[in-house]
Amino acid sequence: MKITINGQQKDMPKDFEAPLNLYNVLEQEQVIGMMIAVAQNGNFVPKSAYETTLINDGDALEIVAPMQGG
Amino acid sequence: MAHTLTINDTILQSRFFLGTAGYPSPDALANSIEAAAPGLLTVSLRRESKAGKGQNFWNIIKSFNLPILPNTAGCSTEKEAVTTAEMAREIFDTNWIKLEVIGDDYTLQPDPYRLLNAAGTLIEKGFEVFPYMTDDLILANRLSDLGCNILMPWGAPIGSGRGLNNPFALQLLRERFPDKTLVVDAGIGAPSHAAAAMEMGYDAVLLNTAVSKSGNPAQMASAFAQSTKAGREAYLAGIIAPQEKATASTPLIDKPFWHQEG
Repeated sequence: MKITINGQQKDMPKDFEAPLNLYNVLEQEQVIGMMIAVAQNGNFVPKSAYETTLINDGDALEIVAPMQGG
Repeated sequence: MAHTLTINDTILQSRFFLGTAGYPSPDALANSIEAAAPGLLTVSLRRESKAGKGQNFWNIIKSFNLPILPNTAGCSTEKEAVTTAEMAREIFDTNWIKLEVIGDDYTLQPDPYRLLNAAGTLIEKGFEVFPYMTDDLILANRLSDLGCNILMPWGAPIGSGRGLNNPFALQLLRERFPDKTLVVDAGIGAPSHAAAAMEMGYDAVLLNTAVSKSGNPAQMASAFAQSTKAGREAYLAGIIAPQEKATASTPLIDKPFWHQEG
């Protein structure tokens, strides 16, 4: 399965159990426990929905964190 | 109330709002915040990886325990801005959002049409929208009609340091919206610009580059905090109206060699 994470295309490991959910991907990205928020295909996904949000081939994820801003 | 400002039920201890971007080092940022004791800090969202860069930044910011105003910097469409605001609300646990929808890459001028659409959507979703806007009166009317309690007209393009490009338009907004919280956001370069905005009766000023890119950010942050305060006090005290003629400030009666004529 190919998905795009923060603008970079990635092949998810084959041993991942299908169907893949958002929590699985965030675990794979090693960002669980960090102060982050996520959008899937341009739509915000609340934390409470990570485990019930299914990831499909071609999905684009944005994973963001606090950063300097004016 | 002289120097504090209440937004929703949050009391801001200063009318000087400070951005957190572009400092020469994390220490320079922390020292500037300490020197200015700003009423709030603006922050942003950027892509995160397992390196956790954003987490380190957040540790500095949260240690000050100041109100946070996240922005939607870099967004150019309503959809991007709304999604960014929703992500910011979850991360920072606040419904405040500095709504930036940029319409021109050269001037970073906000797109008034997309700004209006995004503001409407966000207000429906329960956000307190702080719109970064031009100083256009009609846009201010429309944003007000949508339910914006705060308006943030630019002084000049972001980062330009030009100060208040159109004092007439800013003054007009103050006169036409006496009960709104008005903040001059962007373009301020010198402490005198901040003082000028406050002397007009603006409720606060928001700036970043003028501090972060100055020779000594902490010292400049302190200067801005003081000038914001000075401008506010001057506004409250009541500034005299300019006059065409000179008026002696020293009483002339009984001055040496004084003699009454006639």
